[in-house]
Amino acid sequence: MLNLSLKNISQALEKKKFTSVELTQFFLNRVKKHNPSLNAFITVDEDKSLAMAAKSDQLIQSGKKNVLTGIPIAQKDIFCASDWKTTCGSKMLENFISPYNSTVIQKFNDAGAVNLGKTNMDEFAMGSSNETSYFGPVKNPWNLDYVPGGSSGGSAAAVAARLAPAATGTDTGGSIRQPASLCGFTGLKPTYGLVSRYGMIAFASSLDQAGPMAISAEDCGLMLDVMTGHDSRDSTSINRKKENYTNSLDEKIDGLRVGVPKEFFGDGLSVDVQKVIEGALKQYEKLGAKIVDISLPNNHLAIPAYYVIAPAEASSNLSRYDGVRYGYRTKEYDDLMDMYFKTRQEGFGDEVKRRILIGTYVLSAGYFDAYYLKAQKIRRLIANDFKVAYEKCDVIMGPSAPSVAFKSGEKQEDPLAMYMQDIFTISTNLAGLPAMSIPAGFVDGLPVGLQLIGNHFDEAKILNAAHIYQINTDWHLRSPKGID
Amino acid sequence: MDWDIVIGIETHVQLTTKTKQFSGASTKYGNEPNSQACLVSMAYPGVLPVLNKESVSSAILFGLAIDAEIPPRSIFSRKNYFYPDLPKGYQISQFELPIVGRGKLSINIGGKSKDVRVLRAHLEEDAGKSTHGIIEGKSGIDLNRAGTPLLEIVTEPDLSSAEEAVAYAKKLHNLVQWIGICDGNMQEGSFRCDVNVSVKKKGSATLGTRREIKNLNSFRFIKQAVDYEVNWQIERLEDGGKIEQATILFNPESGETKSMRSKEEANDYRYFPDPDLLPLIVSDEDIAVIKKLMPELPEAMKARFEKDLGLSAYDSEGITSSRDVTQYFLKIVDLGADAKLAANWILGNLFSQLNNKGIDILDSPISPKNLSALINRIEDGTISNNAAKKVFEILWENTGKEVDLIIDQLGLKQISDSNEIDGIVEQVLKNNLMMVEEFKSGKEKAFNALIGQVMKASKGKANPAQVSSILKEKLSK
Repeated sequence: MLNLSLKNISQALEKKKFTSVELTQFFLNRVKKHNPSLNAFITVDEDKSLAMAAKSDQLIQSGKKNVLTGIPIAQKDIFCASDWKTTCGSKMLENFISPYNSTVIQKFNDAGAVNLGKTNMDEFAMGSSNETSYFGPVKNPWNLDYVPGGSSGGSAAAVAARLAPAATGTDTGGSIRQPASLCGFTGLKPTYGLVSRYGMIAFASSLDQAGPMAISAEDCGLMLDVMTGHDSRDSTSINRKKENYTNSLDEKIDGLRVGVPKEFFGDGLSVDVQKVIEGALKQYEKLGAKIVDISLPNNHLAIPAYYVIAPAEASSNLSRYDGVRYGYRTKEYDDLMDMYFKTRQEGFGDEVKRRILIGTYVLSAGYFDAYYLKAQKIRRLIANDFKVAYEKCDVIMGPSAPSVAFKSGEKQEDPLAMYMQDIFTISTNLAGLPAMSIPAGFVDGLPVGLQLIGNHFDEAKILNAAHIYQINTDWHLRSPKGID
Repeated sequence: MDWDIVIGIETHVQLTTKTKQFSGASTKYGNEPNSQACLVSMAYPGVLPVLNKESVSSAILFGLAIDAEIPPRSIFSRKNYFYPDLPKGYQISQFELPIVGRGKLSINIGGKSKDVRVLRAHLEEDAGKSTHGIIEGKSGIDLNRAGTPLLEIVTEPDLSSAEEAVAYAKKLHNLVQWIGICDGNMQEGSFRCDVNVSVKKKGSATLGTRREIKNLNSFRFIKQAVDYEVNWQIERLEDGGKIEQATILFNPESGETKSMRSKEEANDYRYFPDPDLLPLIVSDEDIAVIKKLMPELPEAMKARFEKDLGLSAYDSEGITSSRDVTQYFLKIVDLGADAKLAANWILGNLFSQLNNKGIDILDSPISPKNLSALINRIEDGTISNNAAKKVFEILWENTGKEVDLIIDQLGLKQISDSNEIDGIVEQVLKNNLMMVEEFKSGKEKAFNALIGQVMKASKGKANPAQVSSILKEKLSK
């Protein structure tokens, strides 16, 4: 059960080689054994998971089986799941039990998948190392002294350590791809609007996008088949015909034009990571792809623009956590203002407060034009860079992160160094493009991810390119030692 | 010193949509607190707004009714501030690009028509309500109203007296009900005005500093508050003081206005486009579809009543002052009553009774059918005007008796038999030879005195028109 692909698990369940209850129990046992050291899960509820598994077994028995029926999936604790605690990694929602299902959770439930538990994350998805979680940091399964990346660090550690066959994540500036890179598995951020945001606790609404985190591109494709689709409850959800993301996985990539932006190989990229990426690009050439030099001239503006837009939206999105209706409320207070101040002071962590402050500042009268409006202009320039680039290539490739995983605590006191972690991922969020990270090698025993960026709605294309690479390499099949 | 008064009004019109601006929760008034607070109303983590299309149509219909520009694209923005009854910590409103652009509404003041320019109208959502005293020592929050669709209509500072402000508010109040986008219930807060008031030296081109009177929900309060505020500002300036920009509240008990917060205390709302909502695109086709829903507007109807039914400008203005009055009037006319008489009776006796008793015309104890029957009896000469007033009084008591029965029972039937009247006139002429002489010697007044005598002799039942003509005929012999 440990290293099976989702397709193989699905077949085994269908052939009754094992039941969903057995499979779920197997992974719950692994969680029980390894979570104390990894801290990948915030909430595990064996009874609930096993009850879902039993229901899935009935579906399988009666022949009503979808691909994911009976398969346990770890859910990032940003997705509201009915009757489950949904904390978003924050003290503010420590005891918040959601009365409803997010669309993503609902879709997995409808597919008969089993909720294996809620995974740890940076508080309100703000962070690149999973050290801002109120529920403690997550460890990198490849080396427990290192961070797993963030903000979907819990899902990342769970998939890398095979505590779950697959997991969900969300990616606002790289929160699926950077941890996928640092923990050595496959993660995909879809085109903005492809997966409904309904019930996914908002960080920065114009950038947030949910996606799959799994061992392989094929697994991600199967997950994506379930997750996508128009949702009338999300006005930014795109209304277009639902695609199949696994049908074209095996198509040849002869002549695929791979754009390599020179801006992804300058200052800030670790030399060792660069070598791994260049090796992966050579491999692609061998597989029939053509390397094309391209430029994304405004990429260096992505981080500054992001750290205006994302905090601006966040400062407003997080206003609802005021202690009035749900969530944390300070114990003692004199009046309304005092209640607000103390509740938010005590309920939010430092990184969240930092971003609320930045966001409030950039939206203030007198600063709005200089920051927010300017950032929006940069956003359009960046989107245009990609548009121009895609006239010359089909897929863009480069590193997912500037380095391999770093040590816990190393960047905690230096927010700017931490923000640089997303230097290669943020521009695609600003442009709303789909992108993924796939394992491409190791540096000093730590994984390196190759990033594949597609044009809008080209998920099938980048999945195809990733799959072809993966059937010719085995980087994605390697798993950390000592976690058995 | 003489002063000019400058007034602009922002009106919050609650739209009569079944569901809220951005969720499927009911907008019904007066239900159990929080029984209409859905997850979106309560701003639960992860929920998202979905725009109510009905409110969009309502806003556009209003825009068309005031001849306004309807921009092809408008934007929803977040207005950020903390308040317990504002669950999201921001209100979704429209800031830079509203759904309705410049338009105008004309008011009538002292028989003259004046155009009031409307700067814009935008869609937004209402907040909830804080309640005090229900739970001892604590404040309660009722989110039933949170998210209710509002159309905020903003004028230019074109109004120059409390009377004009009230005339505008009444006109707008009528219009939004007329086109069916608001129930107009001011007590329930469906129509509330923020009135900006400033004064400046007569003829000066520079505007004075304005103070905004918040949340006036009756025409009387608008009048009182503006009058008080204008006097307060003038007195202060004449005493050498200065006006500070402020938001103020009107206290109906004391009739005074009081500052709520000064400019320094004003919020920085940090408006920015709501990333959860796409820009609202309105096509020419959309507008054409909505245009078809437009009823004949009061102004057009007023002109038509003057032209086709011969009503005076004053009467047709009164009859079209509300859709309910117009409908009442049209029912009477449809039942065959004379339009001018109908307008007189509605605007005269009926209005004065309704106003005295504080009754809405929809609840009038006199049905259009009864008033129409009454008017028909005046017209066909069965009863006199004076007798009709007596019948009207009985009808008002709502005894269920028909008009003709009342006339019979009270014996009010007018004498229209010319032979009978002839006889009475003969008798009166014989008995009043002095008066006849006076008339013949040129005293016109004597004629009226003779009519009075005839009416008296007939116990008021003789048809006055017939009396007049018969008397004239006899005297000229």
